[in-house]
Amino acid sequence: MGLALLLALVVAPEDADQGISQRIFYIHVPIALTAYFCFGLGAVKALLLLWRGDERYDLESYVAIHQGTIFGALTLITGAIWARASWGVWWTWSSNQLVLFLVLFLFYCAYFMLRYSLEEGPRRARSSAVYALFGVALIPVSFLAIRLADDFIHPTVFTRDGPQMSGTMFATFCTCWGAVTLLAYVLYRIELAGKRLDADLRELREALQ
Amino acid sequence: MTYLSDVAALTRKDLRVELRGRDTLPAMLLFVLSTLVVFHFALPEGSGDAAAYGLLWVAIVFTALLGLARAWVPEHEHGVLDGLVLAPCDRSAIWLGKTLATLAFLVAAQVVALPAFVVFFQPLDGAALAGVLLADIGICAVGSLMSAMAAAGRAREVLLPVLVLPLAIPLVVGGVGAAVSEEGGRFLLFLALYDGVFAVLSWASFEYVVTE
Repeated sequence: MGLALLLALVVAPEDADQGISQRIFYIHVPIALTAYFCFGLGAVKALLLLWRGDERYDLESYVAIHQGTIFGALTLITGAIWARASWGVWWTWSSNQLVLFLVLFLFYCAYFMLRYSLEEGPRRARSSAVYALFGVALIPVSFLAIRLADDFIHPTVFTRDGPQMSGTMFATFCTCWGAVTLLAYVLYRIELAGKRLDADLRELREALQ
Repeated sequence: MTYLSDVAALTRKDLRVELRGRDTLPAMLLFVLSTLVVFHFALPEGSGDAAAYGLLWVAIVFTALLGLARAWVPEHEHGVLDGLVLAPCDRSAIWLGKTLATLAFLVAAQVVALPAFVVFFQPLDGAALAGVLLADIGICAVGSLMSAMAAAGRAREVLLPVLVLPLAIPLVVGGVGAAVSEEGGRFLLFLALYDGVFAVLSWASFEYVVTE
């Protein structure tokens, strides 16, 4: 993490057009990719739950989506800051990725509402899993929808010809991505352990009564 | 064949319940018409044609939500759902029956609402109508699954719109695009793709939502 920050702030060359504000790219994009990854992981665990029927996957899927939502919120915030710095507005509807993230953020907030309004049990686990699966189907579909309603203000850095940046910039970007993924993974393990402890404690308490 | 006849029987049951009780359809009709009247006053003088299409889509989505919110209420009030789940038919047939019945209500409401829109605001072309129909299919397919999920929850009236609206955003993009854009075909294709993906997903996952 520290190395990533150092690289992002000091080593990487400044972008010719955007200057210092471009450095938020090294935080914003890895966070966004990590959020996608968390949503994907949540959906995979959800699929495993429906397939194998093992209760364990319910908690794992929930925690992954929880992490994804946190990183999604961070993406929206860093995206807004970047938009303010480089386009002069806090929010722009013409930026496809930001709009996509807003849709996903709303969707996954609804996931938590669904989860907390159902009674605990296998039915809640399965309903949440189904909703999580709808989420990964929604990502490409919304992306396509937003592309269709499109506009091209957002800089497309990754094109079909590979990344459009210099070597150091790319190395910095990869380090940052690795660091954020690691952070997400550590948070995921910590929260999972906490939730499991909670569940065990509740079971013990019920057994004692 | 038995699958199809199960679906037909379930759809018929819903339509008959509606014919006898008249709970849903009149409410949807009145709602969509009064929404259009509200829009007339909400749109400032001289706002463009495109704005009216956008508002039509808001009306359609909320009318669909109104119908979906009622979709599983009779089942829950009288414990019918347990009986249906126990019945010797494929569970996805229950979903398909409910989707078709809700679709029938929504289309019936639009048979009145769309001419009213044409009279009050703008004419609609063929692409716009096709967009409305495709979006209806999508929202009913996704919505009847979400409505079954929400019906089991505590705050079902509040939960349903929150669950469905993010999923309905692509439909609105497609529908408005089909009405406004010059290349409406692309948007219709997109709507058809959406319907396909989410109908298959809902069809396959319905069983997990209703079984205990």
